[in-house]
Amino acid sequence: MEERIIFAGFGGQGVLSMGLIITYAGMFEGKNVSWTPSYGPEMRGGTAFCNVTVSDEEVGSPVITEATSVIVMNRPSLDKYESYVISGGKLFINTSLVDKKAERKDIEVYEIPANDIANELGNLKIANMVMLGAFVEATKVVKMETVIKALPEVFGKGKEHLMSINEKALYRGAELIKSLITTKK
Amino acid sequence: MAVVFQKTKGLTDTPFHYCPGCTHGIIHRLVAEVMEELDVLDKAIGVAPVGCAVFAYDYFSCDMQEAAHGRAPAVATGIKRVHPDKIVFTYQGDGDLAAIGTAEIVHAAARGENITVIFVNNANYGMTGGQMAPTTLIGQETLTTPYGRKAEVNGYPIRMSEMLSTLEGVAYIERVAVYDVKHVMQAKKAIKNAFLAQIQKKGFAMVEVLSSCPTNWGMTPVEALNWIKDHMEPYYPLGVYKNTLEEVK
Amino acid sequence: MAKVLMKGNEALAEAAIQAGCRHYFGYPITPQNEVTAYMAKRMPEVGGVFLQAESEVSAINMVYGAGGAGARVMTSTSSPGLSLMQEGISYLAGAQVPCVIVNIMRGGPGLGDIQGAQGDYFQSTKGGGHGDYRLIVLAPSTIQEMADLVQEAFDIADEYRNPVVILGDGMLGQMMEPVDFENIQKRKRDIPEKTWATTGRGNREHRNIINSLYIDPPVLEKYNYQLFEKYAKAEKNEVRYEMINCEDADVILVAYGTIARVAKNVMNIARREGYKVGLIRPISLWPFPKEPFEKTVNTAKAYLTVEMSMGQMVEDVKLAVQFKKPVYFYGRPGGMIPEPSVMLEQIRKIAGGVK
Repeated sequence: MEERIIFAGFGGQGVLSMGLIITYAGMFEGKNVSWTPSYGPEMRGGTAFCNVTVSDEEVGSPVITEATSVIVMNRPSLDKYESYVISGGKLFINTSLVDKKAERKDIEVYEIPANDIANELGNLKIANMVMLGAFVEATKVVKMETVIKALPEVFGKGKEHLMSINEKALYRGAELIKSLITTKK
Repeated sequence: MAVVFQKTKGLTDTPFHYCPGCTHGIIHRLVAEVMEELDVLDKAIGVAPVGCAVFAYDYFSCDMQEAAHGRAPAVATGIKRVHPDKIVFTYQGDGDLAAIGTAEIVHAAARGENITVIFVNNANYGMTGGQMAPTTLIGQETLTTPYGRKAEVNGYPIRMSEMLSTLEGVAYIERVAVYDVKHVMQAKKAIKNAFLAQIQKKGFAMVEVLSSCPTNWGMTPVEALNWIKDHMEPYYPLGVYKNTLEEVK
Repeated sequence: MAKVLMKGNEALAEAAIQAGCRHYFGYPITPQNEVTAYMAKRMPEVGGVFLQAESEVSAINMVYGAGGAGARVMTSTSSPGLSLMQEGISYLAGAQVPCVIVNIMRGGPGLGDIQGAQGDYFQSTKGGGHGDYRLIVLAPSTIQEMADLVQEAFDIADEYRNPVVILGDGMLGQMMEPVDFENIQKRKRDIPEKTWATTGRGNREHRNIINSLYIDPPVLEKYNYQLFEKYAKAEKNEVRYEMINCEDADVILVAYGTIARVAKNVMNIARREGYKVGLIRPISLWPFPKEPFEKTVNTAKAYLTVEMSMGQMVEDVKLAVQFKKPVYFYGRPGGMIPEPSVMLEQIRKIAGGVK
């Protein structure tokens, strides 16, 4: 098993955190992991992305050019990273902010209105967690309970009051995938 | 037989290599005497420059490091941060301190680095044969200003003591000269204060010493001493530019 | 404490602190800024000194002063900063001051870019500063190895009284991987006491002098010979490399640092395709490991060196192979990463259908 994942969006959407959570969860499950961020002069507001590898083998290139999954939180990220998905790979689109459909036909596309769901839950900031929940459910790269175990590593230990809403968002994202899969059948 | 004079323990027995009439020898002796009198020779660590005083590590009887050109204040910073209770000093010329090492001296002073700097200003580059220094006077002839230093080509000589004394981190700065006995005595007092500032952990201390270079100036030793008085001193006024020392009896 | 997830830059800083480094001097430059930030935070916690210098020039000379005064001292920078440090590095080598210098390489020349690259191989292994000297250069390829080698580097520096360079790249600096600080891999060494350090004379009979000036040519010549006796000892004892699947290999990939990770993956893919491919990964870039080439030159058909540059280490590979077998090269400069698919294509071509 080797999952090579690209998380991308605006700076501030929490894409680096999404990647970190999966990286911690992978580490907790005894897998080989690596996390590589974008870095550069654009500290805020620009595009942010990170590359995460979760693997049974040693991690090779920390930079991903052939992704098994890509998660795009905004339109520029879709334009840039759709081509990175390998044939048969998965693309997760935050349809709340992306008004364009995916062009590829050889990949599985998941459309998640992450910001709308986050709004419903009462906190726009957790759109990334909705997306992450959907991703974990669809790929099973790590277990959801491990993801929840990883949250304090990324958000800090003193923020328990945020944990429940983050968990709620993760599960809502996961439920959405379950219902999508059921609908397909 | 009664001993009437003894060489300071602060100097080794190695004979100085300096030219006849050069005042580096006097300044070395003053620094060494001050360290002996303050009883810090066993815990002093000096930093030698690149320039005429490049062999200073052979002359001072304490531990020494030889720095790259201009970098003595950075090297001294490294030493002092490892041994904050030792006495760390640099001995630098005008090319070393005021040209290639300007960044290092300014920032050591700005940090209030608790070191003592002996700055020997002889208005030219001695070791390399007498080129223009940042402190060369307007009109002064050197190898690289054969028609005299011109402001429109080379700009103006830098007054380091004045410049550095504007910095908050500076504890003590004085400009002195060594062209006669009276001034030599004053220079020693200044050097002592600059070491006391370090002992009192007051911050950065520097003594600028107007020094002669008869060989490169093309003068006799006496002419050279007079030239300091007549030409350098008017542009580089002597005196204390900053003093935050506690009263010492 | 179990494994912790850390950025390469943070892991190397923590490793230095755990190795007893209590003095760090540096100047901000991307992509190694996490090192300075980490040191600024951690050094006061362990009673150490972090000082932000006014330039890399100054930082390396602070390292000289502190190292000469007997401290375990480190600086870190990225390519343009290392260029500025070259003067100081020559003096450090000349005065035999131990220290650890980390270069998290980025794309060049000039201001270049801030992505990981490997264009400073020549600068680190062949000099860079003036004069006849050698630096011991170690190139990790994982964050764990980064932590291991940084700790080893301090020991090597002290044993040989010589600067040791950790040569990483922006990718290794920025990426996160799990690190286990409780099981650091390093050799047992007899590290001599620093009786030469300028600590103030105290009761010592002699003065200690840190110096690289020997104005009399025969004296300087003799001093250089002494330095080279030391370098010869390092060439004998400090060679490090990893060798995988080389016994039966027709094509042997040669790569160091980040790109060696990619090469390892490519080797596995090629093996699955039926090509007999091996990997030599130099870990010490100086002394360069000749041994794995001596061992394989009679059995391998060719070598393929892969670098994140236009080809620098490949020259050492050619010297080690002594032109007995072809040495091919594939690299990309500018902070771009050589493509696994291109590596595979080259392997297929070189193997010429020999499976």
